[in-house]
Amino acid sequence: MMILLPILIPLCTALLIQVLGRIASDNVRDGAHTLMAIVNFYFVLQIVPLVLNGERPEFFIAEMLPGAPIYFQVEPLGMLFALVASGLWIPTSVYAFGYMRGHHEKNQTRFFTCFALAIGFAIGVAFSGNLITLFAFYEALTFSTFPLVTHHQDADAKRSGRIYIGILVSTSVCLLLSGVLSVWYLTGTMDFTLGGIIAGKVDDPFIVSVLLALFAFGTAKAALVPFHKWLPNAMVAPTPVSALLHAVAVVKAGVFTILKVSIYIFGFELLSSVNDWLMAIAAITILFSSCVALTLDNLKARLAYSTISQLAYIVLGAAMANPIAAMGAALHIVMHAVGKITLFFCAGAIFVGAHKKYVSQMDGLGHKMPWTMAAFTLASFSIIGLPPFGGVWSKWYLCLGALEAGQVIYLVTYMLSSLLSIGYLMPIVARAYFRKPSEHDEEHVHEAPWMCVLPLCITAVGSVLLFFFASPIRELLLPIFEGGVQ
Amino acid sequence: MNFIIAASSATHDASTIGGHGTFHYILIMALMMTGIYLILSRSNMIKSIIGLNLFQVAVIMFYVSMGKVEPGTAPILMAEDVPHAEHDGHHDEAHDADSHDAPPAAHSPDPKKDVELGAHTLDHSKKVTVGPTTSKVSKITYSNPLPHVLMLTAIVVGVATTALALSLVVRINEHYGTIEEDELEDKGVLI
Amino acid sequence: MSNIIEHLPVLQIVVPLVAAPTIVLFRNSTLSWILAVLASWFCLFGSITMLNQINGGGEIPTYLIGGWDPHVGIVYQVDIANAFILTLLSGISAVVFVYARTSVRDEIPEAKHHYFYAALLLCFTGLMGMAITGDAFNIFVFLEISSLSGYALIAMGRNPKALTAAYRYLIMGTLGGTFILLGIGFLYMMTGTLNLEELSHAVPHYAETSVVRAAFAFITVGTCIKLALFPLHMWLPNCYTYAPSVVSAFLSATATKVSFYVLLRAMFMLFGAALIAQAKIFLSFVIFLALIGIFMGSLKAIGQDDVKRLLAYSSIAQIGYMVLGLSLDNADGLTGAIIHLFNHALTKGGLFLVMGCFMYRLNSTKIKDLAGIGKKMPLTMLAFTIGGLSLIGVPLTAGFISKWYLAMGALQAGMWWLLVLILLASLLAVVYIFRVLEAAYFGTPEKEHDVEEAPFSLLFPTYVLIGSTIFFGIWTEPMLGAARKSAELFLSSGGAL
Repeated sequence: MMILLPILIPLCTALLIQVLGRIASDNVRDGAHTLMAIVNFYFVLQIVPLVLNGERPEFFIAEMLPGAPIYFQVEPLGMLFALVASGLWIPTSVYAFGYMRGHHEKNQTRFFTCFALAIGFAIGVAFSGNLITLFAFYEALTFSTFPLVTHHQDADAKRSGRIYIGILVSTSVCLLLSGVLSVWYLTGTMDFTLGGIIAGKVDDPFIVSVLLALFAFGTAKAALVPFHKWLPNAMVAPTPVSALLHAVAVVKAGVFTILKVSIYIFGFELLSSVNDWLMAIAAITILFSSCVALTLDNLKARLAYSTISQLAYIVLGAAMANPIAAMGAALHIVMHAVGKITLFFCAGAIFVGAHKKYVSQMDGLGHKMPWTMAAFTLASFSIIGLPPFGGVWSKWYLCLGALEAGQVIYLVTYMLSSLLSIGYLMPIVARAYFRKPSEHDEEHVHEAPWMCVLPLCITAVGSVLLFFFASPIRELLLPIFEGGVQ
Repeated sequence: MNFIIAASSATHDASTIGGHGTFHYILIMALMMTGIYLILSRSNMIKSIIGLNLFQVAVIMFYVSMGKVEPGTAPILMAEDVPHAEHDGHHDEAHDADSHDAPPAAHSPDPKKDVELGAHTLDHSKKVTVGPTTSKVSKITYSNPLPHVLMLTAIVVGVATTALALSLVVRINEHYGTIEEDELEDKGVLI
Repeated sequence: MSNIIEHLPVLQIVVPLVAAPTIVLFRNSTLSWILAVLASWFCLFGSITMLNQINGGGEIPTYLIGGWDPHVGIVYQVDIANAFILTLLSGISAVVFVYARTSVRDEIPEAKHHYFYAALLLCFTGLMGMAITGDAFNIFVFLEISSLSGYALIAMGRNPKALTAAYRYLIMGTLGGTFILLGIGFLYMMTGTLNLEELSHAVPHYAETSVVRAAFAFITVGTCIKLALFPLHMWLPNCYTYAPSVVSAFLSATATKVSFYVLLRAMFMLFGAALIAQAKIFLSFVIFLALIGIFMGSLKAIGQDDVKRLLAYSSIAQIGYMVLGLSLDNADGLTGAIIHLFNHALTKGGLFLVMGCFMYRLNSTKIKDLAGIGKKMPLTMLAFTIGGLSLIGVPLTAGFISKWYLAMGALQAGMWWLLVLILLASLLAVVYIFRVLEAAYFGTPEKEHDVEEAPFSLLFPTYVLIGSTIFFGIWTEPMLGAARKSAELFLSSGGAL
């Protein structure tokens, strides 16, 4: 029952917000939102010791299809994802409070409701005990975030909403669902099992490749080329949504699915025989989107393409099919989440405080918005992968994994991509600190409200702390890889 | 009534169908096609309903003709076939009124008794046999009455359908001032 | 108690059949409503009792009307398949009749209320009768009872176009009914019996005769007209669009479903073995028709401006799914068809009830009139959202279960391409449902609505149906079990196609 709470609390929060939105003031509603986020994180933390002890708490809901129940089971990878999603919900709820108020957004009740729902479904994805449950929550996550993308209700938002729902639903229904159906049809089971369930049941490498393709492309939330278009389009949403959902919960649900499927459905052994093309696609995605990011002037769009490339890091890590790379991929879920959410927070804070969306307008911002830009700089370093920031660990493991797999070319890819990320992130920092602001800016630019600034400082500090406290995460994950990581 | 059905199913196997008596089927088909053509050519609603009636009548005639068993008589129970004549003596007069040309010893099965028998057996067992219980084969060949009975229902259904259709047409005429489907289509009513 | 169970089959028909004329005698709106609701609740209770009995391994004794021998008399025979259908029918009616009170007062003139309820009950009786009877000719009689009252009910719609819609339906429906009658006649000619059980034993002996083939053709086409399988669907959209809300909900959830059940019975129990020789080409033809129906219905639905009409076209598509499951000719596909019959009845019934709520408050179901209604009627719109998701087949709703089984059926039949088509078609459902959702939640109204949430008396029944789509999407065992057993029953009787 205990593992059900982190899923139920956000769903109840959504209900609570609907009620409070009608009967109480906005502050009460948003206060309750933050409070529930904290409570939820507390309950997620309660599960961690159990998982560390090697337990796999589980909860059975109902036998939806014979042999394929709705069923939750917490294993280390899911635990990690749930921690990230629920942990980052707290700063985001504070941030959203400030941002939505600072922006005088409409329909705030609907916004917070869908927000809480999305978190609940993301944790549902994390705790899923079999493929069908995962698929159910994956779809629920898509539908619950649709109102957030179309939040502004203008033509632009509706168009983006259509692209969003169009790509995510069509891929998940046509490809992912076919994959799930095929796995069920071929193996007769859908339970996540260490070492995979396909091995031994399906031998034809062609069929395995097709299955892998169904999963890799069906999970469009992971934004592999050519199904990445929805992510930049989703940036029309208010920044807290971009921050938590489209940099953390939703996209991470995608890469989490791929990672989980590669570990628990395919198994490394089988995967390593068919993974060539997937690694190539992931590498292409990394380089392609990094290059696109270089050319973009809109800050949020640039960050979106950066997200696409970072997600492909994780997919590449999963595709290399060895414990070290997978460990790197799992770590990268955390490191990138903390770094990227900070960057998005900063982008939003700049928008609220300075009403600027474009990189070219950001000359001299560092002097007017010192806290925001400092956080931005720290988070950029973490994304690039410099010590002493969390990002360095995941990249380290990913590179080691590439060597382990004997794929030097992908090691080069990682390195090259790091250089590119310097190329698209550092100019912003340089502009902010080393250029003079335009005269017009002198008067109108000021720091965003404290409720926007505080969360981004916390997450920026978090990305530093993760460098020093990465080992508990490693320990949490180790059982999956059965000592494959030294 | 076991013996009646036995007679009919014995007569109506595949060999007799293709025999000499297929002419009426052709007539029935012709009538049926006329009906369908009228419905489909759909100009005037009343004409469509007439077509529908023709179509139904064709099916009714099909059933009725199907019940005919060569060289059977009308399905009215003859004296030779009546079992337990001695028990039903008190019904003589009622029966004589019904079928005056039958020999005086003839008896009709007692309908009241049938119902009682049915209700009675229902309470006790699932399997019941009703009516005259002897299973001896009839000496006289009867035509099959069952299709006729079925058609009573079908005729009622046909009448009800026609009545409803006509009342709809009346209402349509009240609303749109026409019962021509083409004109209704021009008015954008029938899409 | 055992006595009551013995008589339950006939009470299922007798109670509503007696209630209908009684209602006309009362000539009072409230009283007629109460009587109708009570009758439907009684039937629901009865069917659930029978379903439980059969699910628990028991049997319902065959009921002989008037005690006549099955050979000549009419029998009511309840097995797992029709207990399942009866439960669905009476369940839907039990909910829809409760809903009817408020909606009917709004849409039908007071003086006609008792006629309305009487016709509704008669229609209900006819549908129940088609499901329960074990006599071929009796199927025709009940079909006509339900159809005739159905035409009258549709014609009661406020829009005068309801008249022409009902007229069209009457012509088509009577043609269909008469086809069935003709088909039954052919069968009787060959076998000398009308009892379905005896027919299923006798028909295979004459399988090669053209008479039986003709019977098969007539019965199939007849039921397909009532079922609205493409291309015999032309009557359906107008009927569902212009009928009173209650009638749209009731008929969409029951009428086509019972016809589908009759088709299943006829194909698997009567003709199953008879058609082995001709089966392959026929089945691929039916798959073809079903697919066209699915895609044509969905594409047409996308283009509609009126949500009721949109749902009507979506019904045509969903009927395509059911027929597709049937024509796959394997256990999973057939289970999918039967469970889809059940799930779609709940979903579509619920969605039409939602339309009734909009009718009640807005007097319109046009998409442009619904713009921005999500704010004014959040609960009604939430119900539509859930129902729409179930129509799409999103996991955790009932629609997913049926799509899953249909997809598995396609895989079992070795038709990978069909799997792809089924999934693609459900994307079309995403498009038409989201068109409505987008307008309702994110659209800006042309003029400010001055409306409130729909009244509780409408919302409650709506949520019962809509809620059940979620319930049966998660706790699937009871209905899935029954559907599976029905599928096995069909496949084992009379030999597979």
